[in-house]
Amino acid sequence: MAWSFGKAFKSLFSGARVVEQQDWDDLEDTLLQADFGPTVTEETIEAVHKVADISATLDTDDLRRILGEVLEARLEKFDPTLKLKSSPGQPAVVLVVGVNGVGKTTTIGKLAKFIATRGKRVIVGAADTFRAAAVEQLATWAERAGVDVVRPTVDGQDPAAVAYQTVERAIAEGHDIVIIDTAGRLHTKSGLMDELGKIKRVVEKLVPIAEVLLVLDATTGQNGLNQAEAFLEQAGVTGLVLTKLDGSARGGFVFAVQEQSTIPVKLVGQGEGIDDLTGFTPHVFVRQLLD
Amino acid sequence: MALFGSLSERLTSALSSLRTKGKLSAADVDGTVREIRRALLEADVSLDVVKDFTGKVRDRALADDVNKALNPAQQVVQIVNEELIAILGGESAQLTFAKTPPTVIMLAGLQGSGKTTFAGKLAKYLKAQGHTPVLVACDLQRPNAVTQLTVVAEQAGVEIFAPEPGNGKGNPVSVAKDGVKFAKQKQFDTVIIDTAGRLGVDEALMKEARAVRDATDPDEVLFVLDSMIGQDAVVTAKAFQDGVDFTGVVLTKLDGDARGGAALSVRGLTNRPIVFASTGETLDALEPFHPDRMASRILDLGDILTLIEQAQKNFDEDEAAKVAEKLATDSFTLADFLEQLQQVRKMGSMKGMLGMLPGAGKMKQQIENFDEKEIDRTEAIIRSMTPAERNAPKLLNGSRRLRIAKGSGTTVTEVNALVNRFEAAAKMMKTVARGGTPNIPGMGPIPGARGKAKPVKKKGSKSGNPAKRAAENAAISSAPAGPAGGAFGLGGGAASDPSDKDMETMRKLLERGGL
Repeated sequence: MAWSFGKAFKSLFSGARVVEQQDWDDLEDTLLQADFGPTVTEETIEAVHKVADISATLDTDDLRRILGEVLEARLEKFDPTLKLKSSPGQPAVVLVVGVNGVGKTTTIGKLAKFIATRGKRVIVGAADTFRAAAVEQLATWAERAGVDVVRPTVDGQDPAAVAYQTVERAIAEGHDIVIIDTAGRLHTKSGLMDELGKIKRVVEKLVPIAEVLLVLDATTGQNGLNQAEAFLEQAGVTGLVLTKLDGSARGGFVFAVQEQSTIPVKLVGQGEGIDDLTGFTPHVFVRQLLD
Repeated sequence: MALFGSLSERLTSALSSLRTKGKLSAADVDGTVREIRRALLEADVSLDVVKDFTGKVRDRALADDVNKALNPAQQVVQIVNEELIAILGGESAQLTFAKTPPTVIMLAGLQGSGKTTFAGKLAKYLKAQGHTPVLVACDLQRPNAVTQLTVVAEQAGVEIFAPEPGNGKGNPVSVAKDGVKFAKQKQFDTVIIDTAGRLGVDEALMKEARAVRDATDPDEVLFVLDSMIGQDAVVTAKAFQDGVDFTGVVLTKLDGDARGGAALSVRGLTNRPIVFASTGETLDALEPFHPDRMASRILDLGDILTLIEQAQKNFDEDEAAKVAEKLATDSFTLADFLEQLQQVRKMGSMKGMLGMLPGAGKMKQQIENFDEKEIDRTEAIIRSMTPAERNAPKLLNGSRRLRIAKGSGTTVTEVNALVNRFEAAAKMMKTVARGGTPNIPGMGPIPGARGKAKPVKKKGSKSGNPAKRAAENAAISSAPAGPAGGAFGLGGGAASDPSDKDMETMRKLLERGGL
């Protein structure tokens, strides 16, 4: 590739020297290219200006440091803790939702492994009964993670029924954590969005749902905002998972998404391996953007 | 996005100050271009393409001759739209088929972009066109991708070639090669090769895709791209162009609400045509790509553009000039009036038209009250007249009027009202056409022919029969702002504003005609 903005932040103001107007323009371009969107980009630059304009002499290292602080401060307003409290007979239920192709099933495989290695008993429910071979795909991941899986009893079964059966079995067999896969759905399809509400209602007849995780693809642009808003409204999302961060995409739209929807990012996926899922730390995220 | 309002709204407000000015100044254009830049970025068009694009629009907006049919704001919007369509490609692109079958179509793209689903859709699409496609399962990486393709093939009712189970086992290159061989043997005329996607862009993926390409020598390599992708579209597209050099692009998930700026980025960067738009989860949801539709989707300029287009296309200037001449020479007849009505009709629903006008919000109430049927009734009345009557309304005596009322399913009162309004309007138009101000009692001079409708109503019946006259006058006055509204009988209780606009348009046309 002749050029890449994947490393744009890294090459931005390389070497300490006095800041010039060009650097501000480059900063704007870099933020825009990292999918921050025009509004957040403007706000960020304004915030950086506010701090930077106080000092008489400003070199590019200072600018970079200030940018890091500004971005971190924006992310730290949200609590990224995953709340998975369980007690015997009362498993913590995690519902995983998102549009098509963002990596829901893969995320579930990783999350199951992540939790299982911390000594909890996990069971996953294959409630994506729509997409061809989704159940098999989840089963393969469950096997890799070494956790149990509940499959639909008939082809194309009602996803709410599968979810219910999964939770039922978790209670009966004493699992700590239940993770339910759902079919990918575009947030504009109201019928499918209603289905999520139904899954929630049915599961909550047994136990309250601990987390509803919305999986967002880091390559997504400003449409991520629409997705978050729709899924928050229809499915009561409590946390975001940002996937595919190992690519060249920076996922800058999460700034806008977090602030507008007030849903915190809780997990970050950055690879194809089963262990490539981590909790979200603003500091680390910003460092990855800048360093 | 709802937060910032649509570009249409923002442009309208940014440009409202321009409406009175004759031509565009550099400052005006810069302000507009800033809004467009922002809107393009919000639509996820890549920054470089945005910069390029806005530069072009700015240059053209400053250089173009002033188009008389449009106000400056509309002009900028039109330039934007033309440039958008130019980048997106003028015509819908077509697949190239091999001279000697089988035609090999290879699919490439990131993970989750929708390759496997598209493979099924394409197979079904081609089958419906009389081709005999076979799907070849070369995604041997993703868990159960082969199973998914098998199910998809079954749903599409097409054959699948899947000798390897996948899940990391098997060699995709030899599967692809065997797939083409299989198609030749079994006389399938199209081979669709589904390949593995990866997270992000990596060299291993490209190498594999390249190997598959070299082994099968495809006629088309389609790059499948998620329409929700952000700035990363350029990196991905560039990588795939350098890696496998695709011949066409498929945009997926267009049934969502993503603006799809990626379409513009990919076109601007690679200049490869976008061939298909994938618009739903069922296998039938596949359409050829329409550049013009995409253009208005990206910038959400639909309503302004429709108005511009309709105004330009449907208001035939020659026709208008002819009418103007007729008016001036006192030969404007009901037949001409009918033609006029039909011109207006071509523009679509009156309500819709009015609603599209910038600033129409204020007149919402009036627009709501507008009775579309009024045009129907007027048309019916005129159509019930003989050609002679249409050309010489003076012929219309009582019995003729009764016949016309019966023929058009209206009442004599309505027929009378129309004829009266027509005569008054024709007289008024003639005055305007000759450059004067229509002198209507109680109105004074009429700037922009404001309120031309009302006085007509006051005229009442001219019938020689006193009883009839009384009845008719009563009918007219008792119909409060009723059908007797506009000069063309189109007004009803509706806006006096829009009819002012008609008048203004009319006047401009007349002036241009040098009358």
